[in-house]
Amino acid sequence: MAYKTVVEDNIDVLVVGAGLGGTGAAWEARYWGQDKKIIIAEKANIDRSGAVAQGLYAINCYMGTRFGENNPEDHVRYARMDLMGMVREDLLFDMARHVDSAVHQFEEWGMPIMRNPKTGSYLREGRWQIMIHGESYKPLVAEAAKKSADKVYNRICVTHLLMDDSKANRVAGAVGFNVRTGDYHVFKSKTVIVGAGGASNIFKPRSVGEGAGRVWYAPWSSGSAYGLMIQAGAKMTQMENRIVLARFKDGYGPVGAYFLHLKTYTQNCNGEEYESKWFPALSEMVGKAYLDTEGQHLSHKPIPTCLRNHAFINEVNAGRGPIHMVTMEAFQDPHLEEIGWHNFLGMTVGQAVLWAATDVNPKFENPELTTSEPYVMGSHATGCGAWCSGPEDLSPPEYYWGYNRMTTVEGLFGAGDAVGGTPHAFSSGSFTEGRLAAKAACKYIDDGKAAGIRVSDEQIARRKQEIYKPMEHYKVYRNEITAGSVNPNYINPRQGLDRLQKLMDEYCAGVTVSYMTNEKLLHIGLKKLKIMEEDLEKVAAEDIHELLRAWELKHRHLTSESVMQHTLFRKETRWPGYYYRGDAMKLDDENWHVLTVSRRDPQTGEYTMEKAPCYHIVGKDD
Amino acid sequence: MPTFVYMTRCDGCGHCVDICPSDIMHIDKVTRRAYNIEPNMCWECFSCVKACPHHAIDVRGYADFAPLGHSVRVHRDEEKGVIAWRIKFRNGEKDMDLLAPITTKPWGKHIPQLRDAAAPSQEMRNSQLLFNEPKYIRLDEGGLHTLESNGLKFKAGVYY
Ligand SMILES: Cc1cc2nc3c(=O)[nH]c(=O)nc-3n(C[C@H](O)[C@H](O)[C@H](O)COP(=O)(O)OP(=O)(O)OC[C@H]3O[C@@H](n4cnc5c(N)ncnc54)[C@H](O)[C@@H]3O)c2cc1C
Ligand code: SF4
Ligand code: SF4
Repeated sequence: MAYKTVVEDNIDVLVVGAGLGGTGAAWEARYWGQDKKIIIAEKANIDRSGAVAQGLYAINCYMGTRFGENNPEDHVRYARMDLMGMVREDLLFDMARHVDSAVHQFEEWGMPIMRNPKTGSYLREGRWQIMIHGESYKPLVAEAAKKSADKVYNRICVTHLLMDDSKANRVAGAVGFNVRTGDYHVFKSKTVIVGAGGASNIFKPRSVGEGAGRVWYAPWSSGSAYGLMIQAGAKMTQMENRIVLARFKDGYGPVGAYFLHLKTYTQNCNGEEYESKWFPALSEMVGKAYLDTEGQHLSHKPIPTCLRNHAFINEVNAGRGPIHMVTMEAFQDPHLEEIGWHNFLGMTVGQAVLWAATDVNPKFENPELTTSEPYVMGSHATGCGAWCSGPEDLSPPEYYWGYNRMTTVEGLFGAGDAVGGTPHAFSSGSFTEGRLAAKAACKYIDDGKAAGIRVSDEQIARRKQEIYKPMEHYKVYRNEITAGSVNPNYINPRQGLDRLQKLMDEYCAGVTVSYMTNEKLLHIGLKKLKIMEEDLEKVAAEDIHELLRAWELKHRHLTSESVMQHTLFRKETRWPGYYYRGDAMKLDDENWHVLTVSRRDPQTGEYTMEKAPCYHIVGKDD
Repeated sequence: MPTFVYMTRCDGCGHCVDICPSDIMHIDKVTRRAYNIEPNMCWECFSCVKACPHHAIDVRGYADFAPLGHSVRVHRDEEKGVIAWRIKFRNGEKDMDLLAPITTKPWGKHIPQLRDAAAPSQEMRNSQLLFNEPKYIRLDEGGLHTLESNGLKFKAGVYY
């Protein structure tokens, strides 16, 4: 294909994907590297890209140490409990001790944060969440990133990381193509910070046809952060820890403000409270440490998100659905009613559209809830992502190899969804992680670690050929058939996505199997994924837009395989409500109080799995 | 659809094409006007709707669960720093106007240029601090939180 090759050379810090993590990275990199060359490569337009494109109505991670509200260790304990023990506490503590400064910065830039008139502190939705008018959250942080970067390349789909040809396992930049012009882009860089986001649409969504885009996590979250890093041979962790969310039915409108601020609650079809009914049996399964049904009223420990899902799923399976959110009481207060609607308009407009279309007025009718299809991401109530180094003052030796948030590939850093073991970072925490990674990346360069990088012409040419192959393939085989999309020599990206979703759903615990899987199913799933890998060599793209979808699919496929491998490796049900291993239904602390770590060999595609210690650096309740 | 474009309003300016995070607003080669090329990859995020200078884009809820006859319109004004919404139910019983601020300051003016900030000292570089810390974290002059500053001890290897 005769596409131009555009080379940007001598980059110091390349930010791949400028969502909340990437914008934080670009912004902070300028401070530590005032003379450094900082470049952003982003698949969409950074003004409205990523999970926060629509805006947010809450910042879900804010300590409030300034107001004496929480300390970082409190947050570590909370996230640890929510994730049934499995977190990287060094990374969590580190994020939590910096996160407030990001939020205060946002306010200084003009972000409207609601205040509590009595205390002067920010208005809280819950212990960790504060309320904002955040429709313009993304344009605002994008503005900051634009001010810091030397250049922003919008509409570049990054497909691969470049590797150093002079030293094994060291990054040297990235390549991709421009979604508008088709040009081939080569970024030669000393360090790369990947903030390319988590994955939706890996599992079959509940919606079909036209509605397939209505997923909770954005349809453009293609798991590229994982795909890029897995491909480069970076170690991954906690990839089995996918998330299932309880949300308003069909629109997937968030429930956080409803539960926490509007004080709404749920009930089954008979109008009964059902959650607590499922907890005694569940407590047998997970143990008292995680769900103390007798002591809960004293300890006030929040019940882990996945366990609440478990109650929801079981109640529905017992035939007592639908589960309703009781809004009729709260919405009698006009102020709360307005907040309820604003909450959607600020972050999930589709839910407001749905209620208007179906005449659901929550003031007079309690709306239905549902549990979503699973998503793979590292910044919400779940911790998938790369195995990264922690900061020097907090991390035990197994967690520390020099540069904060650096993956096991030298010079390659992560932020937000990209980093594993750091759940409950959310938007503010992702931005903060980007800042931390940027400081470390600058230090890595200043320490001379990036000296002597060489990228061969051969590598650049090889990747170029690989990237455009789906279009070549289409050209060669298209005219063998009369018309239409059925061809014996290729599948198109949509057909591939449908296949991926079906097999992930059925073999890796999606919605249609009630989030259940076992060893046998996973082995079949892995085999099918391997065969699919062969077919992905034959995926065909009719135009540049389909080429984008083809590469999104390939990144999703890599992510899926990693999820499947991790799910097979962890022979227990650690997070009931997110997924179940039918052949190992109990949580097994004796053998599995560990973090799972994988590496895919970039040459052979073979996986190696290992267990890493789960260190608790913050005590129980001191 | 879920987004669609009114023929008589669109002038093909391409703002929607420029902004859609899903790369699905495209200009039709024949009519020279915008349309949604892949409705099943649309999030109803309203980014294109907000960006269109002629209010030519609208949303019709997803066909697999949303009946016809409703409307959710929006007007975002960066100069005034507000966003206005109008929601109409299909049965005509509810018609709401909602207004919210999107910024408290002139757009982008209060974001500093870090290239011009005083360069960080070596001490800052060696510390765990980020730009403008610890000032941005605490009101008092206290430093950054460490385990020790919070009265904690490092507990590597403790399992429970
Ligand atoms: C509906 C919803 C509600 C939420 N509510 C809240 C809330 O109330 N409060 C809160 O704090 N958090 C909330 N979150 C979570 C928050 O949005 C995420 O935690 C955060 O955005 C993750 O940041 P990130 O940088 O990792 O990913 P993203 O912000 O998604 O950024 C990823 C970026 O990478 C780009 N990209 C992807 N692939 C490529 C590629 N191949 N090449 C180049 N660029 C690429 C994308 O375009 C995007 O810009 C919510 C999320 C959703 C979806
Ligand atoms: S922004 Fe509006 S006027 Fe411009 S091309 Fe899109 S729909 Fe047409
Ligand atoms: S609503 Fe969002 S996803 Fe849909 S076309 Fe507009 S900008 Fe794209």
